[in-house]
Amino acid sequence: MMEILKNTKIDFMGKMYYALAITAILSAIGLLTVVQISRGAANLGIDFAGGTAVQIKFNERVPLHDVRRALMDGGITDFELQDLPGQSKVLINAKKGEAHVGDLSKKIISALSQKYSESSMVVDSSTEIGPKVGKKLRTDALWAIIAAIIGILIYITFRFQFRFGIGATVATFHDVLAVLAVFFILGKEINLIIVSALLMIAGYSLTDTVVVFDRIRENLKTRLKKSTVEVINESINEVLSRTLITSLTTFFSAAALFVFGGEVIHDFAFAIMMGIIVGTYSSIFVASPVVLLLGKDKVIGKK
Amino acid sequence: MKKNFIWRLSLIVAATLLAVIFYLPSTHLKASLPEWLQKYGMVLGLDLQGGVHLVYEVDGDKAVDITIERIASSITNTFNDKKIEARAEKKGPDIIVSPDSDIVKKTISEQFPNLTLDSKSEGRIVYKLDGNEIKRIKDSSIDQALETIRNRVDAFGVAEPTIHTQSGNEIVIQLPGIKDTKRAIDLVGKTAILEFKLLDDESPVAAQLPGSILPSEEAKVREQFAGQIPEGDEILFGRDLNKETGVETLTVYLMKKQSLLTGEFLTEARVNIDQRYNEPYVSITFDATGANLFEQLTANNVKKRLAIILDSNVYSAPVIQEKIAGGNAQISGSFGMQEAKDLAIVLRSGSLPAPLTMLQNVTVGPSLGRDSINAGVKAGLVAAVIVILFMLVYYKISGLIADCAMVLNILYLVGVLSAFGATLTLPGIAGIILAIGMAVDSNVLMFERMREELRLGKTPRAAIDSGYDKAFWTIFDSHVTTLIVAIVLFQFGTGPIKGFAVTLGVGVFINLFTALIGTKTIFDIISSRTEMKKLSI
Repeated sequence: MMEILKNTKIDFMGKMYYALAITAILSAIGLLTVVQISRGAANLGIDFAGGTAVQIKFNERVPLHDVRRALMDGGITDFELQDLPGQSKVLINAKKGEAHVGDLSKKIISALSQKYSESSMVVDSSTEIGPKVGKKLRTDALWAIIAAIIGILIYITFRFQFRFGIGATVATFHDVLAVLAVFFILGKEINLIIVSALLMIAGYSLTDTVVVFDRIRENLKTRLKKSTVEVINESINEVLSRTLITSLTTFFSAAALFVFGGEVIHDFAFAIMMGIIVGTYSSIFVASPVVLLLGKDKVIGKK
Repeated sequence: MKKNFIWRLSLIVAATLLAVIFYLPSTHLKASLPEWLQKYGMVLGLDLQGGVHLVYEVDGDKAVDITIERIASSITNTFNDKKIEARAEKKGPDIIVSPDSDIVKKTISEQFPNLTLDSKSEGRIVYKLDGNEIKRIKDSSIDQALETIRNRVDAFGVAEPTIHTQSGNEIVIQLPGIKDTKRAIDLVGKTAILEFKLLDDESPVAAQLPGSILPSEEAKVREQFAGQIPEGDEILFGRDLNKETGVETLTVYLMKKQSLLTGEFLTEARVNIDQRYNEPYVSITFDATGANLFEQLTANNVKKRLAIILDSNVYSAPVIQEKIAGGNAQISGSFGMQEAKDLAIVLRSGSLPAPLTMLQNVTVGPSLGRDSINAGVKAGLVAAVIVILFMLVYYKISGLIADCAMVLNILYLVGVLSAFGATLTLPGIAGIILAIGMAVDSNVLMFERMREELRLGKTPRAAIDSGYDKAFWTIFDSHVTTLIVAIVLFQFGTGPIKGFAVTLGVGVFINLFTALIGTKTIFDIISSRTEMKKLSI
């Protein structure tokens, strides 16, 4: 029998307060990110902020400053350039959303075709989104996350107890906030695809939490002589290897997607990878402590 | 336990066969399959096959405005027909009719029952459109726009376009696989309101207008003459492109606001070639009412110039030489063959009831989609190899069983997506790849339980059974929570994300099946055939 962990006896709940500090910091940065998003100050994708993005694939690598010059010669002023590593592709982002959708992508493409011949470049994609759509998508995304979390809270409360429901909800919130925080710190763009990654993370981190909760519930019923802290610690140790292995296999998939999946899905895969790490951490260090703190004064499991 | 694994095994075999059959139409074998099967198969989303995704907003207020304008001009025409000395004019949401007389009021209440008398002052009567009528115009403007766009897209010839409304007044148009996106956008978005108006060459202002200007000077000219335009007149521009130099210029026209004839009476529009200049033009034919109006209008205005205007852009302004009967007219301008063809299409399919505002335009080139699919396949294979090896090394034979279940899982997933004719998007592919890693999770939970039971000294068979029983609710709970997320994603998501939600949701059910029935059956078969001494886990 091959085992990565054998009979661990780690005092997880004893380290609870250190963990809570880390959790608090991550959540605070995450909340700050949410505030920045709602103020429009974060690095929002054009699907949320409105604007124009054009991705051009050149036959060979072109220096960015040449592209910049070509665009400025074409009368385009407010834009950002980004080249995709390892490929001769350039992404042009003009986020200052104009009230009218329509012309900017055309202008960008024609400015570039003044300098580069038709055969040396291909328009991979162009996206123009009006500010009204961006605002709607932003509120929709927010509601989606809230709806998912409420649904989860109800289900866990129904299947377990209310304090477990709260624990799972807090952990899920924490995971979403923590991944947002990572994106904010790294200056990565937050767009619609990232939001779906966040929802996916919410679901996935919960499966981890459920595995831990299930064992805590089972042990609380049978190990009546022990204290809640002991039972929770034992339970986490018992399921530790499966929690890690289930996370690991999904992490492999996400990593393969991150490395080989192409530029469109790159950040999505990165978010999932972060989410798996944070989700595994939170099921041990966020969800369980909350259950403990909420249940401490009650005599559940102690006779 | 033993007695029912025969039917469980047949269920797995049947499901596998079905999945393979339904997956086939998603492969390149599609063309050689029997016809009934060909209608299944996954459809590639816009992000994978390239194409345009457009969202337009129909301006209902503008549609009401246009209707009021038309009613006003129709009232004036009625007065002219009946030889009543009166006229009607649109002012904001009102129609102002003067002078105030009984015959005027009687005519309006008989011929235009949708108007209600609002107020009277200084010999003028103010009419308003009924509230119900306004609502009806707004509602029908969306249906009309949808219908018109459908006609245009059909005429343009796009395979499998999707055109539908969303959140009330928005129209979503998806044109997959389209190459000439610019042309498609021009064709769909053109309001195509065709109007005939008289030039006001007698006004002294007309003489002061600059003949032709550069496009950049348009705003300046508008501002310069803003105060001087005679009442009931307006300034419009005509676009000319010098084919040799490529320079665009605008011709400035002063004309009467009232449109004497519109495209609503049009029955046919087709492209012809002018023999002299070898240039294409669009010839249009009016129905009986339109032909009649055109005849009257030309008869009454001989030697005057008549402007042919499409969407406020003057195409030409020829001098009326004589009365024209028969209801035929020409639209010429400096356009190429393609442009003339598209103009004929938009005129035939009718005008949009109001201008459309573009809210969203996502265009994906075909090469990006191909790159994405290739990258996705590569990532999927790598993920599969890593997961398979990991499980094999860590759980030995049991790991191999889990690997088989995972492969079946993915096969069922693509089979179901294919059978539903689901749209495969890039996030959808990502979902399938993540499913590779998640598919073995349920088995990991069971295997760890089994190991625990073995440590307690149970026999392999007992360990398998209680491992499954005890892990069941954990697996069930974790799947339900994933399902909740999938439902929320589907409800709130748009386009590609919906595709991801479908993959995730379908994956939940399939995973429950392969984990709880699939691997369990294999374990049961193994443990029943031989008296197991040791479990390879």
